[in-house]
Amino acid sequence: MSALPALQALAARHRLRWWEALPWAAGVACFFLFPNYLAFGTQVLVTILFALSLDLVLGYAGIVTLGHAAFFGAGAYTVGMLAAHWGWTEPLSGLVAAALVAGVVGLLSGWVLLRTHGLTLLMLTLCTMALLEQAANMFSSWTGGFDGMPGLSYRPILGLFEFDVLYFRSQYLYALAVLLLCFAVVRTLAYSPFGRSLTGIRENVLRMHAVGAPVHARQVTAYAVSAALAGVAGAVFVQATGYVNLAVLGLERAAGVLIILILGGHGRLYGAFVGAVVYMVLEHTLSKAYPTAWQLGLGIGLMLVALYARNGLLGLGDALRRRWSAR
Amino acid sequence: MIPALLETQALCRSFGALQVANNVDFRLEAGARHALIGPNGAGKTTFVNLLTGVIAPSSGRVLLDGEDVTRLAQARRVQRGIARTFQINQLFRGLTVLENVCIAVAERMRAGGGMLRPAGRRTHVVDEAARVLETLRLSADAGRRVSELPYGRQRLVEIAIALGLAPRVLLLDEPAAGIPSAESHILLDAIAGLPRDIAVLIIEHDMDLVFRFAQRITVLVSGTLFAEGTPAEIAGNREVREVYLGAARDG
Repeated sequence: MSALPALQALAARHRLRWWEALPWAAGVACFFLFPNYLAFGTQVLVTILFALSLDLVLGYAGIVTLGHAAFFGAGAYTVGMLAAHWGWTEPLSGLVAAALVAGVVGLLSGWVLLRTHGLTLLMLTLCTMALLEQAANMFSSWTGGFDGMPGLSYRPILGLFEFDVLYFRSQYLYALAVLLLCFAVVRTLAYSPFGRSLTGIRENVLRMHAVGAPVHARQVTAYAVSAALAGVAGAVFVQATGYVNLAVLGLERAAGVLIILILGGHGRLYGAFVGAVVYMVLEHTLSKAYPTAWQLGLGIGLMLVALYARNGLLGLGDALRRRWSAR
Repeated sequence: MIPALLETQALCRSFGALQVANNVDFRLEAGARHALIGPNGAGKTTFVNLLTGVIAPSSGRVLLDGEDVTRLAQARRVQRGIARTFQINQLFRGLTVLENVCIAVAERMRAGGGMLRPAGRRTHVVDEAARVLETLRLSADAGRRVSELPYGRQRLVEIAIALGLAPRVLLLDEPAAGIPSAESHILLDAIAGLPRDIAVLIIEHDMDLVFRFAQRITVLVSGTLFAEGTPAEIAGNREVREVYLGAARDG
């Protein structure tokens, strides 16, 4: 039958490929190669997880949001407040609590917001985040207000690995493990019928309605799962660094993660990895070399990507490979 | 009278002062090959939108198998067997032909929300989609991205997605629109080869296609049922010729 190759391609699409081990091998290698940069490395891992959560809604479901830091912040404040007010400093259950709180915030806000789309949706996501930020600012007896909550400490991971305030060794491996787990969730979803239906919604929402798909429910589900994962990222951030302040909820973080995902390539799982590493390493090195003008270099680089690599760096790689094999 | 498979009773819809469906009583029998024709702006696509639940009527009823579905949402009606295609392609352009149909089949089998097992391993979904492609002779294109296909083939994918829903009623909204005449025979063959147990309502401007295909023709003018009958009756109806067919068939 002539359809056979297409059937086989579809049946094989979700299989793990050899190069999918590379990011994790690189992650472990960095632990040994750059022992003095593990605090920075932990930040990169947290950002990858955050960008990955955004990829589920932006890249797969096509929901454009400028307020994703709302969920990062919800997770961050959850573990922060649990530790500061109730002495709940066990890290793993903290992650679960953060995922639940952020997921519920995503579910409720998504249920209301996702009736709109386009610019209206963009503005409403922004407003939701601003509301949470103001709430965190106003209820200062709970959240520490503008100053946030510094000096939080957490119990050893699994009761074995102490958080390493100086070199971030355990934090780095902890973040890497959490990222691996969350990545497995996102990857499974992406290749499932649920994930394919999100892609269908992104590609043609009118047709999804016409094939009888519960479009709104699918979008809200994706939004809530994505929010929960963003909450986990925020929680790891707070557990690793030991503080939480208003910056976790800010527009800068929300816009930053959007730029990172678009830079790496959205809707393709590994765009989050490439985008976060390239952006943060550039930011780190440029800001050291040119303390006053580094943002100019970063800006020019981003403009080049936006103009000449519409599908991000990974998309650029695809195009180059196609040109190479066409020769 | 036995109930028709799909029926409307005194269906009305207006947009402000504009009456786009005016007291329409319409019957589509099981296994029918029925055409709906009418001049531009007669309300044909609006009628499809009323049947499928995209828009709600101002008054009147829509019955499927004698059961009132007027208040059912679009998705519910799809589950009960009303599928449609679009006048302008509404496809998942970035996905392959096979995946386009898989999405429809998965929704019909209530597997579209599954989160664990990969889509490619749901063999009953994939096999069913492959079978639909086979009936439309699209198998050779199964692995190609829809956006890479010539327009005529894309029109076939429109129909394939609808067939993936295993409909009892298939509403084809101008299936031949925009197809170059050299390719139109592919579409004619596909429509002629549709399973007999599906009731088909075709909305079309191409009179050759209508008269080749339809056993019954309804003429809609300004949202009102103007005439209905066999192709011979409609072709011989002088008023219809004046209103719609005009010089094209006279001369």
